Amino acid sequence: MSNNRRAVISFSIMALMIAIVGFGQSWNVALAIVNLCLISAVMSMGLNMQWGFAGLFNAGVMASTAIGGLTALLISYAPVSKAWSVGGTSLFAALISLLLTIVAGVLVWKKTAKGKIRSWRMTAVVLTGYLFMRFFYEQGTAAIEAVDPAKTGFLGGMGLPIILSWFAGGLAAAGLAWLIGRIALGLRSDYFAIATLGISEIMISILKNEDWLSRGVKNVTGLKRPVPYEVDLQQAEWFIKLVHWFYGTAEDGKSLSANVMHEAMQLSAGVFVKLCYSALFLAVVLIILGLATRALNSPWGRMMRAIRDNETAAAAMGKDVTSRHRQVFIIGSAVIGISGAMLTTLDGQFTPGSYIPLRFTFLIWVMVIIGGSGNNLGAIIGAFITWFVWIEAEPSALWLVSHINVFLDESNPLRQHLREVAPQMRMVLMGLILVLVLRFRPKGILPEEAPDRY
Amino acid sequence: MEYSTDLLNALVLISNYVLIPAISYGSQLALGAVGVTLVFGILRFANFAHGEMMAFGCMATIFITWWFQSMGISSGVFPTALLALPFAILITALLAVAIDRSIFSFYRIHKSRPVTFVVASVGVMFMLNGLVRILIGTDEIIFRDGQKFLIKAGVFKKMTGLSEGLALKQTQVLTFVLAVIAVLALFWFLQRTRTGKAMRAFSDNEDLALLSGINPERVVLVTWIIAASLATLAGVLYGLDKSFKPMVYFHLLLPIFAAAIVGGIGQPLGAILGGYIVAFSEITATYAFKKFIKYLAPGDFVPDGLAQLLTTEYKFAVSFFILVLVLLVRPTGILRGRVL
Repeated sequence: MSNNRRAVISFSIMALMIAIVGFGQSWNVALAIVNLCLISAVMSMGLNMQWGFAGLFNAGVMASTAIGGLTALLISYAPVSKAWSVGGTSLFAALISLLLTIVAGVLVWKKTAKGKIRSWRMTAVVLTGYLFMRFFYEQGTAAIEAVDPAKTGFLGGMGLPIILSWFAGGLAAAGLAWLIGRIALGLRSDYFAIATLGISEIMISILKNEDWLSRGVKNVTGLKRPVPYEVDLQQAEWFIKLVHWFYGTAEDGKSLSANVMHEAMQLSAGVFVKLCYSALFLAVVLIILGLATRALNSPWGRMMRAIRDNETAAAAMGKDVTSRHRQVFIIGSAVIGISGAMLTTLDGQFTPGSYIPLRFTFLIWVMVIIGGSGNNLGAIIGAFITWFVWIEAEPSALWLVSHINVFLDESNPLRQHLREVAPQMRMVLMGLILVLVLRFRPKGILPEEAPDRY
Repeated sequence: MEYSTDLLNALVLISNYVLIPAISYGSQLALGAVGVTLVFGILRFANFAHGEMMAFGCMATIFITWWFQSMGISSGVFPTALLALPFAILITALLAVAIDRSIFSFYRIHKSRPVTFVVASVGVMFMLNGLVRILIGTDEIIFRDGQKFLIKAGVFKKMTGLSEGLALKQTQVLTFVLAVIAVLALFWFLQRTRTGKAMRAFSDNEDLALLSGINPERVVLVTWIIAASLATLAGVLYGLDKSFKPMVYFHLLLPIFAAAIVGGIGQPLGAILGGYIVAFSEITATYAFKKFIKYLAPGDFVPDGLAQLLTTEYKFAVSFFILVLVLLVRPTGILRGRVL
């Protein structure tokens, strides 16, 4: 079976599954799944560039997602001017101390010959810099966090439209990836995986604890949406007309009772908002897919695959392996950063506590592996399937449990326990799918295609 | 006279909050890291499922402990979990071997790249993670029984007349003693027995080991049994010392990897050293030295802040920092292990 036919078939099956959820559960649920599938598709395309194109084992996907989310917050939230006025200067001083320390450190490193004197001077510079930075920083953060802590207690953002953060999030993630790349690239795959895993954990602890920046575990809610609100829609004349028209034609023009109409309005408003998001997300997915496909089929893509398949041979041909790796790592992380900003936009809130590696790193890995590493369409279908299973595993497990429970007494403790742990079924299912695909279909659902011409 | 009391107080303070916790935490990390480093050395991949294996072992111990308790079996002043431990080790070892046979052996036969093993271990991690939560739930469980303290802070204060108390938990001593016994047994096994020597040979040079008639499947089997036993022991000791929470064990992965790499991959002794280095650095860097300085400094000098290098939440950063430092400065690790 050719890859194109396989792609058509798998996407059709996916559409059918979503339609079943739409008719069976509700269209709100189905569209919520689609939206997250689209965001996941962006994530898995980003990881696919790193792993599928270039063979980099990035176990820190979560770091890019989180910094994208933080950017969404920083772009869209209105600035807290009082916090800026009380703590801004001190934080600025801390930043200056940091920069001066770095400059002084670099100067000492370059001007002094290697040896004991250099070590002592470096220690002195770093220590002094640290003390100054710490002093200003503590002064500033204490002042900022004291500003109306129940509501703000942080610097806020820039108050710009949140959709801008999709670009900014990509840029921020690219910057972070550059930094990570400086530290970790050039290490062998296992080390690189462990190092990136560590960086992502640190990133999350920063977001959880630097209250002045992200409000920490107190979360930031109520980020402005790029699409209309349900409440406003239900009042808008054009929308009421639209709903009337939609239901009118569907039911042969019969007028509906007020009660039914009210329910229909609520449902349609929810569906409409989600459709708006879907359209935005779909546009992003298509743009990235187009660019990634072009990149993969270009000389650059061929070079990447050559490096992936045999680093030594590629280096012998004059390719700079480390800097190519850095390049693709930055681009892939930028794509993942965009998806992180999209996710925060969709949620309308930034919750550092929700970032856990299983969900934001390893689940994305499952998506890429089962979809087909090295194939962009594969990454997308992998994201759809994985997210669908991840979400629908819980209701399915509960359904299964309720059928098992028929055989158990009401008072049986096992019955209660099974109900409580049914959601965990999805972990086992994910692991099982990953292991089975890796064993029996290591190239994934849509295997990587050999390019037409060389 | 007064200054010497201050000195003693400072010493007791630092033992109570840094030395003793770091020794027991370090022993737990060391046991985990030895398992990781053995798998690294023999099977040549980073096993991401190791943390979950610790969780599984601890869970098995808890179930058996509950069963013993319901039958009225206990070990007096010691935790009942110690009686349950051998059975739990057996179960976890069986599980590890079953996982190897059903999942990893395929890639070994096909000589897959190490990174394929790592991805497979991610799959195993997911499965074990879900399995543990399905079997025992997600709640925090305290399964320690028997005597809690060997020395109580209040009693210590009364005995010595110092203003600082020293508390020594039984689990802390148990952790250290059991870790020492386990490590001594392991070294005896690796240095003196035929299978142990075969394992070291296999880790040093696979081809040469195969050439001299060492059965690779047997070496792998024994490696998994040892790794699973040490994982169970480490998981149970960590659970006894603090409490059992299924989610904690994933986060132990990073310090454990750091310990293994710092010590030198494939070097059990290095892994132990690495475990203590990581534990001491984590606890020292996140301890607030305010009181300690107050005792030591002459006169009535009291530092302004807490004199804490990092807040406790950043302890990941410490293991990571050590990891990166070692990778940059001495990639072979302290004891000249293998470079992956």
